[in-house]
Amino acid sequence: MTPTRRTSPLRRTALAASAVVLTTALAACGSASGSPDADAAEYAAPDSDLAASITYGVWDQNQVPAIEENIAAFNEVYPDIDVTVNVTPFAEYWTKLQTQASSKTLPDLFWMNGPNIGLYASNGMLEPITGAVEAGDIDPANYPQALVDLYTIDDVSYGVPKDFDTIGIWVNTALVEQAGVELPEDGWTWDEFQQTAVDISEALADDGVYGAAGGMDGQTTYYNTIFQAGGTVVDDGASGYATPEAQAGLQFWTDLIASGGSPSIQQLTDTTADQWFTSGKLAMYWGGSWFRSALTDSDLAEDVTVLPLPSGEEQATVIHGVANVVSATSKEKQAAQALQVFLAGQEAQQQQGDSGAVIPAFEGTQSSFTGSMPDADLQVFLDAVEYSRPLPVSLSSAEWNALETELLPQAFSGERPVADVATELAEQMDAALAEE
Amino acid sequence: MTTSQKAPPAPALTRPAGRGRPAPGRGPRPEHTLWPWLFVAPLVAGIAVFYLWPIVQTAGYSFTETGPFGGSTFAGVDNYVALFQDPELYLSLGNTLLYTVIVLLGIPIAVGLASLLNLPGLRFAAVYRVLFFLPYVAMPTAVAMVWRVIFNGDFGILNRALAVVGIEGPYWISTPGAATVAVAVVGLWSSLGFSMIVLAAGLKSIPPELYEAAELDGATRWRQFRAITVPLLTPSIFFVLIITVIASFQVFDLLYAILGSSNPVLPRSMSLVYFFYREGFVANDKGYAAAIAMVIFLLIGLLTALQFRLQRRWVHSD
Repeated sequence: MTPTRRTSPLRRTALAASAVVLTTALAACGSASGSPDADAAEYAAPDSDLAASITYGVWDQNQVPAIEENIAAFNEVYPDIDVTVNVTPFAEYWTKLQTQASSKTLPDLFWMNGPNIGLYASNGMLEPITGAVEAGDIDPANYPQALVDLYTIDDVSYGVPKDFDTIGIWVNTALVEQAGVELPEDGWTWDEFQQTAVDISEALADDGVYGAAGGMDGQTTYYNTIFQAGGTVVDDGASGYATPEAQAGLQFWTDLIASGGSPSIQQLTDTTADQWFTSGKLAMYWGGSWFRSALTDSDLAEDVTVLPLPSGEEQATVIHGVANVVSATSKEKQAAQALQVFLAGQEAQQQQGDSGAVIPAFEGTQSSFTGSMPDADLQVFLDAVEYSRPLPVSLSSAEWNALETELLPQAFSGERPVADVATELAEQMDAALAEE
Repeated sequence: MTTSQKAPPAPALTRPAGRGRPAPGRGPRPEHTLWPWLFVAPLVAGIAVFYLWPIVQTAGYSFTETGPFGGSTFAGVDNYVALFQDPELYLSLGNTLLYTVIVLLGIPIAVGLASLLNLPGLRFAAVYRVLFFLPYVAMPTAVAMVWRVIFNGDFGILNRALAVVGIEGPYWISTPGAATVAVAVVGLWSSLGFSMIVLAAGLKSIPPELYEAAELDGATRWRQFRAITVPLLTPSIFFVLIITVIASFQVFDLLYAILGSSNPVLPRSMSLVYFFYREGFVANDKGYAAAIAMVIFLLIGLLTALQFRLQRRWVHSD
């Protein structure tokens, strides 16, 4: 992929705006560390004596210890850049970020995810990483391609992933054994998975145990089966839900619930699938690699292993990862970019992996994650990268995600035929996509 | 201001006279008209900056199409036209009304509780008051988390208790209809404490002689309650009514936290303010959301005005 200099009108305004900010900032502090160019994507690694104070916005408290190690290492190179980490819980993170963006008070560097990158990038809120890539300080080849693409909007790249997650099946082996069911050695089909789920539910019905849990969330459930059936969720600005392939992917979950292999949609609303699993009432849970940290110190941990998702027409899993992005309105852009580059580097990524909270994105730093639960075969999540598909997103992700949450349960519960619901969803989703 | 009547010559005051009447015969004293404003200035400034100006701004936004990060274009009354044709407005209005009606059932309960707590010679009255008031000061999110567990269809204590008496309870928070009722019951329960404290204060202001006289006339406790307590309590009841209706029309946090953002029933059970939140912060249509906010604002204003109008018929004033 070649970084391009093509710019949309929106981006041009943003560039001009950030150039103005940059100019005034430089003028204000009388610094002479470089002549501001009209092209704000211009990038230069700062001298090690650059003095600045920057903020770093994140949402996961569990990762703060690793982040602090990262910053300590960063400060060995840039002792005079002072980094303040601001943690905002995920539930409020995006509402707060939107307010900050509107008032031009975004953190200098902050976490971004797939559903939101389009919105922020296309509104000129983010600084591209093109400069750092051209200078060779960030090499996109070191990260999973699907995620590099996720953070590339209109051929401009705004970040590289700091970590990634794929989806696998977390299995409670004790329950499987109790049910007297055999698990596949390597790989399985949709039918085999469905049959296993039903067998477990039937064998352990008296204990209120279910074999598997239906689709309440796209990323961990129905997006995967849609891809496995050869369908898409959103493709070229249009909804994929009207296609027979996508509907086959949805039907998978309707069948699973109808067969008794899964609790009902109501049961899963009251008690979420991960709660069923951690309570020892669910044998097979479709979950992300991030679920590992929920098992730390739990009694369940020693009976847990991971299996790959079953294959439909093809093998597929959803991949997603968080990226560090620099605010286009940052007054300390050079310092923020220096931290962005550092966090993307091998040393910082290795530190992230050693903490065990996430799978670091940098190729070759992942082994510490799999080692953190040696009996659970976490390697499945890494192997899955090969056939992974990026989390489907668009500019209006939040809007059509809400439509999915509202409509799809009507199909999964059998209340309405899958094709009807999917067609209605496709129409409404296309309307939202058309407004982008 | 009265100036026609002759007043005794006022001594040279540095502060306004007791009734705020300008000292006659000494010409205008502008600083006197300024002083009261100076005293309320901090409050007025706060209200103006944090309440009035945002209302004006919101009204402005409601006539624009405003994107996620600002940047608005004038759209005339488009938002309002679209809003009044949007079935979701009427759906959320209906849910809000149902919620309000259920929460209002708490007022008679609060009157009863307040009277019981006011019974002479009741021991541990302060303890009971604290117990009833606690839900009001507890964080709505914490309250919601606890009730979410209580309402759980499979494992919740409510359905377990109902099972004992042979009733199979529904999946409270994941069945349309039942979800709104469940949330409203929690709303009722959380507002009881506040209503009760206000009503208890009202009870204290009823002169005990009235009860003594009634007792001498041979009135029963129930008769006293109906003939003395309730009529003399109507000003407090009126106050509680106004506050409860306003608060109920703004319900958001309980609904959002008890049902959970990924609950498929939420779109069918949403309140007006949740509708506003979804359009403004999920769908990023801030102009449309502003129009919803204005409709909520006007509805509450109308309802409150209506109540003030109707109060002359039933609120006792002496």
